[in-house]
Amino acid sequence: MSVATEQIQKFPGFNLHTVKTDKFKTNNIVIKWKAPLEKENITKRALLPYVLQNSSQKYSTTTALRSYLEELYGATFFVDLSKKGEHHIVSFSLEIANEKFLSDPTPLLKKGIEFLAEIIFHPHASNQTFDEKTVENEKRALKQRIQSVYDDKMRYSSFRLIQEMCKEEAYSISVNGEKEEVDEISAKDLYAYYEKALNEDQIDVYIVGDLDVEEVAGYAETLFPFKERQIKTIDRKTTHAVEKAKEIKEVQDIKQGKLNIGYRTNVVYGDGDYFALQVFNGIYGGFSHSKLFLNVREKESLAYYAASRVESHKGLLLVMSGIDQQNYEKAVSIINEQLDLMKKGEFTDEEIMQTKAVIHNQMLETLDTPRGMIEVFYHNAVSGVSVEMADWLQSISKVSKEEIQEVAGKIELDTVYFLTGSEGNA
Amino acid sequence: MEKISFEQLQEDLYYEQLDNGLKVYILPKKGFNKTFCTFTTNYGSIDNTFIPLDGTEYTKVPDGIAHFLEHKLFEKEDGDVFQNFSKQGASANAFTSFTRTAYLFSSTSNVEHNLETLIDFVQDPYFTEKTVEKEKGIIGQEITMYDDNPDWRLYFGLIQNMYKNHPVKIDIAGTIESISHITKDMLYECYHTFYHPSNMLLFIVGPVDPKEYMEKIKTNQGKKNYRNKSEIERKFEEEPKEVHEKKQVLKMNVHGSKCLVGIKAVDVNQTGPEMLKNELSINILLDLLFSNSSENYQTLFSAGLIDDTFSYDYTQEQGFGFAMIGGDTSDPDKLSESIKEMLHRAVTAAFNSDALERTKKKKIGAFLRAVNSPEYIANQFTRYSFNGMNLFDVVPTIEQISVEDITNAAKRLIEEDRITVCQVVPKA
Repeated sequence: MSVATEQIQKFPGFNLHTVKTDKFKTNNIVIKWKAPLEKENITKRALLPYVLQNSSQKYSTTTALRSYLEELYGATFFVDLSKKGEHHIVSFSLEIANEKFLSDPTPLLKKGIEFLAEIIFHPHASNQTFDEKTVENEKRALKQRIQSVYDDKMRYSSFRLIQEMCKEEAYSISVNGEKEEVDEISAKDLYAYYEKALNEDQIDVYIVGDLDVEEVAGYAETLFPFKERQIKTIDRKTTHAVEKAKEIKEVQDIKQGKLNIGYRTNVVYGDGDYFALQVFNGIYGGFSHSKLFLNVREKESLAYYAASRVESHKGLLLVMSGIDQQNYEKAVSIINEQLDLMKKGEFTDEEIMQTKAVIHNQMLETLDTPRGMIEVFYHNAVSGVSVEMADWLQSISKVSKEEIQEVAGKIELDTVYFLTGSEGNA
Repeated sequence: MEKISFEQLQEDLYYEQLDNGLKVYILPKKGFNKTFCTFTTNYGSIDNTFIPLDGTEYTKVPDGIAHFLEHKLFEKEDGDVFQNFSKQGASANAFTSFTRTAYLFSSTSNVEHNLETLIDFVQDPYFTEKTVEKEKGIIGQEITMYDDNPDWRLYFGLIQNMYKNHPVKIDIAGTIESISHITKDMLYECYHTFYHPSNMLLFIVGPVDPKEYMEKIKTNQGKKNYRNKSEIERKFEEEPKEVHEKKQVLKMNVHGSKCLVGIKAVDVNQTGPEMLKNELSINILLDLLFSNSSENYQTLFSAGLIDDTFSYDYTQEQGFGFAMIGGDTSDPDKLSESIKEMLHRAVTAAFNSDALERTKKKKIGAFLRAVNSPEYIANQFTRYSFNGMNLFDVVPTIEQISVEDITNAAKRLIEEDRITVCQVVPKA
């Protein structure tokens, strides 16, 4: 069985990560920009990649830009925003066919890299100002994107839990920024922020495919003239003591109540007990054999979904379920009770084995997709620790029952959030 | 066992139809960790009126029963099949669509064992009154979850606008009321009618030895006694050509509006290469009209009528088909009017051959991207096969499509009587 490995090369202002593999019929390039989450810049930062994606100096309209991508056998190109702990990540992703599988031998990977260089270094701008019309259109689209969170109740309740739970922390800053701040951004301000991000962010370039590492490194070095920089680091280990667990209920006109519970794990990626936390989460709520699925759904028929997940860089455990309003007390008590059982060590060796097998499988499956591979490797770049994939799998298999119980003991309830249809009745 | 090679793609596919009628396909994938396997019956939410196995008269079953059956097949006398899969390091799942019910797993170890678990659990139903009742609560929550989802409501609202009689208009999970009538005997009746191996297809994709796996499957099936079975009789009411409703507005608890324009398709009784060409021509037509490199897209985006949720799609199965265009919008009426106008203009438009060539390239690239994914290959191959088409004919068929094909597709598809609009707007 092959476990993927990345090769890392340092260039001025960025690290190039390459994975050579002949598994795929396409090549994938992802460029990630990382900066600390900051309230004052967040809305500009959420707008910027969409303006860059819209058009460029050479392809000055979306029609021209997208037509060119179609020429390249329909290369897909998109930007997206995410949070890893208290960092904000902007990703530019391009997937392009490998000409080996086409009757037309045009070398596509180089063209793909050139295209991304055009997007990042040659925006549609003049006199230190982005094209006004593009910015206005993208501002409108950003406002709609921010607003759409409200209309998807599952996303909304997850978002509200974090907002309440991490009120005083940078982690509560929304990835898409604030709607009220969008209008006041000018094309000139945005350009100034672009230059700041371009020169200060931590930049990682990932290229995965059936490639020649040296050749690709040559292209990246000449095409990506990032400047040398000092990366701003933030303290990842800031612990947040929970004084008293909060309970928040919000009423909206909806049929199904959305229950979201946040816990502090006090463990982050790179810690010795991170692997025990992963196994804990698998037994507790990560899968369809887990305690939450079995007890909330299969045993009590309270929900269609009941699951937990870990936020690796901030140290959170998040539980979510959709239930009838009148079952609120019952569901909360089952979820907390199952956690107590974990703390008391009431889980079997069989559950541990089963969970390790599924985690192992999940990781190997993730490495079968180019984007999955990149996301897995990026955890290392974000945290500044380096975990090899083979070691990751080994460490999971070595986790003991005591370690799982110990890590469960560190978990503290912070906030229970319930989005409910009406108060007191179903 | 037959071997079919696709040279340009560098893939080999192995195929055999077993004595009991089951079709088995194996696609070896070197370098992958994962094996992905689907076991699919040609039975979905639309198959609600049929002659049961050993019966003589048509029977009509409650809405949502195919999906209910899918849930219940996982439960056995000694517990939940999910548990068995996860003990063997696999992740298992299932889904029900309008026309298919698929059971699947993926795993990177114990593949043979998992495959056997998959086949055996699907071929060994265990339904009791008690477990059927318990499931009503769980599926009830699934239905309520979708009730709150504006995109799902918009999608189904549009289909309900289009179809007057055809059961495609019924929500796949049914309603809380309709599933309350489901009994264990009904589940058995549907099961025995539609889960015969001759109505099913098994697809394996991953780092496996095709010969060895084919033998294992044959041995497994040889142990089970399936009688020969005649063709399943399904009945669908006559459906008018025009849409049922021209417009529907749903008021929901949302901040932004949504709008979809739908076109009810004709030519929905095609199969095989004819269907493949029709489907791809309409898809390319929609790309030419609405992709983000199109003039229409630019017009709608600049006018502030669409954002990055804008999309379009064409679905065609036996007996029904539809195109859908739209997304989130600040002005649902203006957007639907603009899209309709663009559609009508397309009927007489002269399509540019450069744009067509570009779009064809894009489609070919998209196909290569898709075949990176074992899930895509297994699911789509099965869908194509149930419609008499071959997934691996996609690229050669795209290459043949001409400007004339697109012009004809536009003329055939777009007609005012078959266009409808559905919108979701804020309540207050």
